[in-house]
Amino acid sequence: MFLVPDPVVRFFHRMASPPHFYAFTERLMPWLVVIFLLLTAAGLYGGLYLAPADYQQGDSYRIIYIHVPSAWMSLFIYVVMAIAGAIGLVWRIKLAEIVAISSAPIGASFTFIALFTGSLWGKPMWGTWWVWDARLTSELILLFLYMGVIGLYGAIDDKRVASKAVAILALVGVVNIPIIHYSVEWWNTLHQGPTVTKMDKPSIHVSMLIPLLLMALSFNVYYLIALIQRVRIELLQRERSSQWVKNKVLEVKQ
Amino acid sequence: MSMQEFFHMGGYALYVWPSYGLTLIVLLANIIIPVMQRKQFFAKALKKKR
Repeated sequence: MFLVPDPVVRFFHRMASPPHFYAFTERLMPWLVVIFLLLTAAGLYGGLYLAPADYQQGDSYRIIYIHVPSAWMSLFIYVVMAIAGAIGLVWRIKLAEIVAISSAPIGASFTFIALFTGSLWGKPMWGTWWVWDARLTSELILLFLYMGVIGLYGAIDDKRVASKAVAILALVGVVNIPIIHYSVEWWNTLHQGPTVTKMDKPSIHVSMLIPLLLMALSFNVYYLIALIQRVRIELLQRERSSQWVKNKVLEVKQ
Repeated sequence: MSMQEFFHMGGYALYVWPSYGLTLIVLLANIIIPVMQRKQFFAKALKKKR
């Protein structure tokens, strides 16, 4: 912990200050958008055009390029939300609280995409839109957890109190994350086992794996973009009476 | 591969393209909503100033 070099520490200290965060992310945004577009274009070109059809599933498997990265993001964002919530809870850092609550709608969106695309993939392959399989059910519970976080935050007027409540709910819900991940191993039901995140070699050909990883990267950059957008409006609203927001308003006027 | 073949998706077009379409809509909405909110915030703040 004390081995972190000083400039890194200073960077995080500055980032935790709302006006600095706002100004820095404003400059960062165009770069992130360019990186996102390049990754997505490469991933989609590789996945939809270059990669061959699956020998068993034909072209229907191409849903994988959004289904699997979305499912990964739904878990990853939940963990980020819980950790940011815990940091806010312990050190009362406002920006951590805002990162936690701003992550919730994005995480919920990815969970919804994972469920929806899974359903569209399940119909032609399994012959059903939905089954109460362990993986599907635990992922649905994740969606409810996200909605619980969003609802709870909206129900409490004092946003600092709301952030505390949300952090506790998010932390309790973390128990669902390993359940989702291991569900395909613990319960042998319809959903297939992991293809990429296995200890030995992934059971997927390189021509399919590379676009999949590109899409996963693209979705991570997307999360950063969407998160920054949400954090910025939340910061403005929470700090509307502070001087830096008033200055921003004057800047916009010109 | 012809354009038609590409869009046909080996007969799975009805499953593949709605998946991609919905993803696009949801991901776009997550950007548009906060950007609109920010515009509204500044519009409101400026109105108060006058």
